[in-house]
Amino acid sequence: MFASIVTISLAAILTNNFIFSQFLGICPFLGVSNKMSTATGMSVAVIFVMTMASAICWVINEFLLIPFGVAGFMQTVAYILVIAVLVQFVEMFLKKAIPALYSAMGIFLPLITTNCAVLGVVLLNTQNSYGFLESVIDGFTGGIGFTVAIVLFASVRERLEFADYPKAFEGFAICLVTAALFALAFMGFSGMKIPV
Amino acid sequence: MNAKKQLTEGLITNNPVLVQQIGLCATMAISTSLFNGIGMGLSVLIILTCCNVVISAIRKIIPGQVRLAIFVVVIAGFVTIVDLLLQAFIPALSSALGVFIPLIVVNCIIIGRAEAFSSKEGVFLSFRDGVFQGLGYTCVLVLMCLVRELLGSGTIGGGLLNGASSFITLDGTGAGFRIIPEGFGAGALVLPFGGFLTLGCLMAVMQYALRKSNEKKARKEKEVKE
Repeated sequence: MFASIVTISLAAILTNNFIFSQFLGICPFLGVSNKMSTATGMSVAVIFVMTMASAICWVINEFLLIPFGVAGFMQTVAYILVIAVLVQFVEMFLKKAIPALYSAMGIFLPLITTNCAVLGVVLLNTQNSYGFLESVIDGFTGGIGFTVAIVLFASVRERLEFADYPKAFEGFAICLVTAALFALAFMGFSGMKIPV
Repeated sequence: MNAKKQLTEGLITNNPVLVQQIGLCATMAISTSLFNGIGMGLSVLIILTCCNVVISAIRKIIPGQVRLAIFVVVIAGFVTIVDLLLQAFIPALSSALGVFIPLIVVNCIIIGRAEAFSSKEGVFLSFRDGVFQGLGYTCVLVLMCLVRELLGSGTIGGGLLNGASSFITLDGTGAGFRIIPEGFGAGALVLPFGGFLTLGCLMAVMQYALRKSNEKKARKEKEVKE
């Protein structure tokens, strides 16, 4: 049990990083990584939503979709609705409880619904037939992996402003090339395993 | 709005991937062989067209506050249909694209077109918009696949074309035509690294080309004025 949890965490954070090796969540990754403060705010929200979504979707799949025999064609629809509702709740809760954080996150909160890392982690949990604890761990560490990637990238991107690159590469193009170098670096982690 | 203008917008001036810069995840993830590229491109084209038509048809009865939820449900419905059809008829493609078929639900291209176009325009215009934007997406995917496959593994048409007898296969076993001898390809281009790099360079090329053509247009207008 312990070994499988460590393996899942290690894969989600380093060897199978959601952004640099699975290409999930690229849009918010490029969209909010231009400032360190927004990057960290977004990451915290994503960790929370990914963990909660993994837990709730597992319960729904196990106790609603499978017993009623509709798992085959209702999964995607059910999952995306759960995520949308969850994001809405988080938004309402933050607005009441921590208004400062709410206003700091602004537009990024609703955008988490269309973050493919969130739906991706839930679908992958189902595909790998993870148990409840494994799903939650995968969601949480997947969020950590997202955070690692986006914070590292934001710190590099702040320096990109002073770099001298061809004019045609302005905007997302240079970011993608930078991300390519990151992906190359993260490839160094592949093959890392916990001996069982 | 005429068809020709919509076509140039979808393919070039307002291309979903290279100009609007949305829907990047799947573009980079699956563009490793022509088979995946064409399969994914056509799937998105079909889903986008269906969603555009339906959303445009019901646009007058959707309440403003819950429109995003309704868009997502419509999209998720069509994505599930395509997913199940692929599983049934082209299982090789379904397993090659894996989780990226259900992930079309959160593909920004589709929800973006729903929000920006089909929730405002008529059914026929939205249908055309879906086809042309889908074509633009497919073209970029095919381009990415050609570059990555040719330079990375040295073949063209992997999975789709059968090098030996040049027949089209749909079971994903076609070896493709070998252009660069085995072992000489830059293998890194097929890895995630290559996805980021190829798309970054394509975007730069597109920005360069668009800027040049705009400058040319401006110069022409100036000459006409003088």
